[in-house]
Amino acid sequence: MDLIIQLTYLVASVFFIFGLKMLGSPKTARKGNMYSALGMLLAIVVTLFDKHIINYEWIIIGLVVGSAIGSTFALRVQMTGMPQMVGLLNGFGGGASVLVALSEYYKIAPDIPATTGTTIIISILIGSVTFTGSLIAFGKLQGIVTGKVVKYPMQHPINAILLLAVIAIGVFIVINPGSSDILLGVVGVALVLGVLLVLPIGGADMPVAVSLLNSYSGLAAASTGFVLQNNMLIIAGALVGASGIILTLIMCRGMNRSLMNVVLGGWASAGAEGPAADSAAPKGDVKSVDAEELAMILDSVSSVIIVPGYGMAVAQAQHAVRDLANTLEKKGVKVRYAIHPVAGRMPGHMNVLLAEAQVPYDELIALEDINDDFPNTDVVIVIGANDVVNPAARHDQSSPIYGMPILNADYAKTVVINKRSLNVGYAGIDNELFFYPNTLMYFGDAKDAMGKLNSELKEL
Amino acid sequence: MDGQSFLMLVYIFVLAIFVGFELITKVPPTLHTPLMSGSNAISGITIVGALLSAGLEEFTISTILGLSAVIFAMINVVGGYLVTDRMLKMFKKK
Repeated sequence: MDLIIQLTYLVASVFFIFGLKMLGSPKTARKGNMYSALGMLLAIVVTLFDKHIINYEWIIIGLVVGSAIGSTFALRVQMTGMPQMVGLLNGFGGGASVLVALSEYYKIAPDIPATTGTTIIISILIGSVTFTGSLIAFGKLQGIVTGKVVKYPMQHPINAILLLAVIAIGVFIVINPGSSDILLGVVGVALVLGVLLVLPIGGADMPVAVSLLNSYSGLAAASTGFVLQNNMLIIAGALVGASGIILTLIMCRGMNRSLMNVVLGGWASAGAEGPAADSAAPKGDVKSVDAEELAMILDSVSSVIIVPGYGMAVAQAQHAVRDLANTLEKKGVKVRYAIHPVAGRMPGHMNVLLAEAQVPYDELIALEDINDDFPNTDVVIVIGANDVVNPAARHDQSSPIYGMPILNADYAKTVVINKRSLNVGYAGIDNELFFYPNTLMYFGDAKDAMGKLNSELKEL
Repeated sequence: MDGQSFLMLVYIFVLAIFVGFELITKVPPTLHTPLMSGSNAISGITIVGALLSAGLEEFTISTILGLSAVIFAMINVVGGYLVTDRMLKMFKKK
């Protein structure tokens, strides 16, 4: 039976790999996810035949309760709430790793070889940080915990001391495996560390934080694999760990910041000094338009690019945007969407929202593929985005966003910016694009504004 | 666990990381959110360890920890796969 179990684990690992491979294209992605789920099902079912499993009552209770909670979460969550949902699920994965490591410790203590002891400590450390870190990320995205950058004195020394404390206690336990009370000290300190690591990270940096926690949740699963000497867990965990790291790096590149800078809460120091930044505001005339004028402009154009940002998600305006695009397309206008890598609160956030509003995915174009098309575009409509279209990133070396890849919206013949006010974006800096001669400000809540524009346009 | 078998595990870990890098770099930005939730569901593979802990013959602290781990991991697995499927269902071509 052992051999069959091990072989099935191998099959499950292959299913995970194929599942991820099929996520490489929107056409096969859904099937890929099902393969991956099938691999998981195989792994669970075959494990139930393991000779170490004697009692099934607790297992059944656990499976039923966990499935009920998980499916309730998954079916209830709105697409706009997806970032916090993923954040929360990461946390449960990390939490499970801690619990399994602890359980394993109590099962075999006090005769724990040094290698196993070390893997248990590592598993507890990564799992705990993932657990509380994800809960804080969830809280920030849900608005329970402040989305602002939190600074407290001695931030980095405190984190370094906590990490050293975990290592010191860990080494002590590896040498004296019987000291189970002290093990809980490792759990406690690591849990606090998770809170303190994520708390300073600001709201718009959440794509990085969530990606990083995603990676941690994979590493936590892999570390559990080391504890249990289970190859499948190590493979699956490593795949997720790699995935999270790649997304993290893509997000960092999208902001032209180093991982350290984001994790340590660096950039947003500019945001924290909002009023000071205002004094250096570029002065100039702002031209604003109303729905009627804008509809007339749009009636005579041939190409439009829509640039969505987090503001669109907040206003739940994705359906209104789609309706507007439909009207434009009926009038023969070519409509596409330019998606900045860090638009929204998690990687791919805008794509999911627009897919929900039934925008075909081939109209959603990534920054590097659409940036050269802006000069040949009649009108760009920026909805609830700000820093990602700020030309200062290109030329103003003193700007905190200098060097960040931006969408070249300003190169279009006309730029329409829908915002509720002239307020600064996340980076806390003014956007000179608002004052450009080819820019028109269209003030108002994204959903109302797009709805009004659409009905004006239909009447023409 | 002796040093030799530990090293084997490290081998597998490192090679799997490389496979992961190869696979994930090919995922288009459009699918980054489902990728994240889908891979997150895979990290619920810890369920295997949780089951082994919750099914012990004697009821001890390990069983309680195991039961909690089964619940946590199962939320991760079921929630992750379902939510990913919900998202992927929406991605349509023109």
